Amino acid sequence: MGWADSPPGTTPVGPGPAGRGRRVGAGGPGADPARGRAGLRWLGPGYGGQVVTANDETVRPATVRPADDELPDRPGVADDRPPPVYFDAASAAPLHPAARQALQAALEDGWADPDKLYGVARRSRQLLEAARAVVAEAIGCRPEEVTFTPGGADANRRALLGLLRGRRRFGDTLVHSAIEHSSVLHTAAAHVAAGGRAVSVPVDRLGRLDLAAFRDAVTADGVAAAAVMSANHEVGTVQPLDEVAALCAEAGVPLLVDAAQSVGRVPVPAGWSVLTASARKWGGPAGVGVLAVRAGVRYDAAEPAPPVPVPLAVAAAAALRAAVASAEAEAARLFPLVERIRTTVAATVPDVEVVGDPVHRLPNLVTFSCLYVDGEALLHALDRRGFAVSSGSSCTSSTLDPSHVLVAMGVLSHGNVRVSLHRETTESDVDRFLAELPGIVAGLRAQAGATDL
Amino acid sequence: MSTVDTSGAEPENTSGDAGGADADTTPAPAVEVLDCRGMRCPLPVIKLARRLPEVPVGTVVRVLADDPAAAVDIPAWCRMREQEFLGASHDPGYDDAPAYDVRRRQ
Repeated sequence: MGWADSPPGTTPVGPGPAGRGRRVGAGGPGADPARGRAGLRWLGPGYGGQVVTANDETVRPATVRPADDELPDRPGVADDRPPPVYFDAASAAPLHPAARQALQAALEDGWADPDKLYGVARRSRQLLEAARAVVAEAIGCRPEEVTFTPGGADANRRALLGLLRGRRRFGDTLVHSAIEHSSVLHTAAAHVAAGGRAVSVPVDRLGRLDLAAFRDAVTADGVAAAAVMSANHEVGTVQPLDEVAALCAEAGVPLLVDAAQSVGRVPVPAGWSVLTASARKWGGPAGVGVLAVRAGVRYDAAEPAPPVPVPLAVAAAAALRAAVASAEAEAARLFPLVERIRTTVAATVPDVEVVGDPVHRLPNLVTFSCLYVDGEALLHALDRRGFAVSSGSSCTSSTLDPSHVLVAMGVLSHGNVRVSLHRETTESDVDRFLAELPGIVAGLRAQAGATDL
Repeated sequence: MSTVDTSGAEPENTSGDAGGADADTTPAPAVEVLDCRGMRCPLPVIKLARRLPEVPVGTVVRVLADDPAAAVDIPAWCRMREQEFLGASHDPGYDDAPAYDVRRRQ
């Protein structure tokens, strides 16, 4: 314990390599001397003696981030490398300070097995129930409909297996969009391999679901379930969930909504039967997923989800509560920053394709592809300049296949960069990226002999 | 570069007049074959971008590429460069390698 207070590089578990202080998760923004039950006050009466308010002192405002000159020293480093800028929130957002505090407190207060019948176990159980209630309120359902799982991908797999089992008397067809998360597509493939059917519904060039094709697919005979994500994790396009949910309701088909990129950032329409999410996308710890199954949905879980450690669930809930409280303001702040990236990249980098829906999109995510550039080389070049981004290019994947999302949209897949912003992202981070990118891309094209093509 | 042989057919003929990017049935007669087998993204696209301006307008270049990314990147390049993508097929003359036909427009 106490690692959150220690300077980076001095503890065995401190995040970030010694010698190069990482702004993200280095203990800077989140370090707070508050300890013990004070970190759980946000859960309400009985958790530190205070009623929760949005301005609770234990939850720091979402704007906290040190200025560059407040960054931790980088001992022994006399380089001119710029401070790291983390642009991969769609994979994992930096741990929210509220989560760090809650985790610390819950490690001390919620370590006992919540299923046992003695006092400290009851304490754990209360914490877990409180965490479920926070999540339920954030996604708009009842606490008893919420289960924590070991992650978002695990939640998707369980959700589909539960729906397919629960509906097997009605049919064996799974309808899904072509751009679902790989955990959905892998589960669909396994379903087909086991003798079931799956129908992949196409998207247009902006990544929007083909609603006419979806209607045809979901109203066909023998459909057990449908899966459409709230917003795409690679290109940010928001799906027309109201229409999708209406079509599913009309057809009597339960709908799984993978809301991993939306929960804690933007409202998710209510028409889902099953919803999944992932805590590390909203600033919670890794290893916590959410599986919410509405009462009345035909759902037959083959096996219960393995228990998630109570402190992790509590930390996830703390982060979600903080994220939801500032979501509207953050969206208003980040949406124009992404707009700036979209327009500036298109204007300053020749032969670039900015992909995804320019309007109906996540506030914090943008993807573009640079012609003639190797995606892996681009990632490494950006990393050397301190920018952490992601890519859907095939050379960056273990299979050497290009991203199924980019393929389904029919957009350029090489030289692909995904930039996803978060609460610690500043305007100057974005501007430095935009200032450096054209030179980096030009350099790589020159190396490849691909200038003037 | 690795521009290989020519198949000897006429540059212009029947299919794909109206921008038929969805035709993978009867490929237009290929004049040039760019053998990019074994190359990874984005090399096949770079080879194509280098070669196409050197051939006469109307000429069809067939790109052989086994990198799966070529299937999306060659049509995308054609769209960005306003060249005509005629379709994808497998070339029996090259061990059924994936083949992408592009006609130079301008």
